[in-house]
Amino acid sequence: MSALIEVNQVTMKFGGLTAVKDVSFSVGSNDLIAVIGPNGAGKTTLFNMITGIYEPSSGEIKLLGEKISAKKPSDITDLGIARTFQNIRLFNNLSVIDNIKIARHTRIHYSFFDGIFRTKKFKNEEQLITQESLELLKLFHLDDKKNYLAKNLPYGAQRKLEMARALATKPKLLLLDEPAAGMNPTETKELSELIRFIREKFQIAIILIEHDMNLVMEIAEHIHVLDYGNLIASGAPREIQNNKKVIEAYLGAEV
Amino acid sequence: MDYYLQILTNVGIFITLTLSLNLINGYCGQFSLGHAGFWGVGAYASAVYGVFFALPIDPSLNMLISILIGFSAASLCGLLIGVPCLRLKGDYLAIATIGFSEILRIIIMNTESVGGPRGFTNIPKWTNSFWVWGIVALTILFMLNLKRSAFGRAIISIREDEIAAETMGVNLFSFKLFSFIIGAGIAGIAGSLVAHDQQFLHPNNFNFMWSVCILVMVILGGQGSVSGSIVGAVILTILPEILKLVNSDIATWRVSIYSALMVILMLTRPQGIFGPHEIFEKHKAKIS
Repeated sequence: MSALIEVNQVTMKFGGLTAVKDVSFSVGSNDLIAVIGPNGAGKTTLFNMITGIYEPSSGEIKLLGEKISAKKPSDITDLGIARTFQNIRLFNNLSVIDNIKIARHTRIHYSFFDGIFRTKKFKNEEQLITQESLELLKLFHLDDKKNYLAKNLPYGAQRKLEMARALATKPKLLLLDEPAAGMNPTETKELSELIRFIREKFQIAIILIEHDMNLVMEIAEHIHVLDYGNLIASGAPREIQNNKKVIEAYLGAEV
Repeated sequence: MDYYLQILTNVGIFITLTLSLNLINGYCGQFSLGHAGFWGVGAYASAVYGVFFALPIDPSLNMLISILIGFSAASLCGLLIGVPCLRLKGDYLAIATIGFSEILRIIIMNTESVGGPRGFTNIPKWTNSFWVWGIVALTILFMLNLKRSAFGRAIISIREDEIAAETMGVNLFSFKLFSFIIGAGIAGIAGSLVAHDQQFLHPNNFNFMWSVCILVMVILGGQGSVSGSIVGAVILTILPEILKLVNSDIATWRVSIYSALMVILMLTRPQGIFGPHEIFEKHKAKIS
């Protein structure tokens, strides 16, 4: 099976600091993998490179065989990678449904002039977008809040909306950056079901950054562990739990 | 009667200007303080056509050509200024745009063939209320339809959060540049209307104070609101005239009254009269 995304010996340097060093892995088209590691290990930097916010200092990232590591973030979204953010980044002063509609941007077929002159093509497509956006909101149980401003949603709902918005770009790969941050155990439980459901429903690959080990061990099929920018271990959850290097990275070495 | 008609024409011109700045400042969230520069470029370009190159055809056809020239000249300036400046953000962008608009004004001031500091005279009178209000109507329609299309949503998302917008597939630079060019172009059309209405132009009518004045109209009405821009432009164009009518002594205080009004507004309604909303909106966003 060919890989959906290949990360090839990627290094990211900020001046003298090497945030990510020689990291390589690949993800299949319906995999659910997790990236874990102590704070400052380079996990979010890795996401920023995959989504094009940073350009790697060396190495390359390929999506379905096409090199994406020098492309603009907007072009990478167009190719099929979507993400959520560690600190939620919604369009706060816009309604819930508009947040979703914006994410459809790269999938619009009508031209600028269709929009200005409100042609039939424009109206039909906008109707379809509204309908699809509502369906998506329904999956996340947010449809009754569609006219709320995004900033007025409760925290958990904002996290869900961010995921829904990422899915609205119709991605092949979804990157979730600490989706369980700030959630209580019940909410985390719901979240793990939601993530599984997303993978089944949309048939996409998911990469997850998470500190909540219960969540990670429960849903991830494969785990990569980063420490100081190095990929120190990868494997199935049980292997990772017993990996000596991982335990050292988290708890320190025995003296 | 002529006096009132002139005020009405000015109102129309300022509505157009305010809407064009609202595209840059309200929709896209780019803090531009050089709007009078684009307005001036449009005005002078149209006037140059009117004085030196006017074709022996019907005045309304000539006016149409003049408007197109005003639009093209101003949007070309928007492109030239936008490409280097839009890499800057917030205050830095504001300062760069002030700089560029002042450069444009000083170039005009020192160009002898357009009258330089004496002003540009003998511009043919081609415009009338029909032109002014026709342009106002078209601009309103353009702004409303843009807001309701995917392209308008993309521009507004840049105002809300640049990084999120980029991750949702919005090409930041091209959409910023687009709003800058079109905003400048519409200001150029307003310039064309001024030139052929007043038949006289002076570089100082397009200085920094006017950029601020247009910005105040946008903010008073509400950034991102078309209704707001209309109301803001109407209030701030008519208010000084009313103050003049009531008592000419008050007129000398109008700038102070302006500032007092702004302070009161910012204290009571910092989002402007309408906020980002329109007068008629099908689904108003709920507060909680």
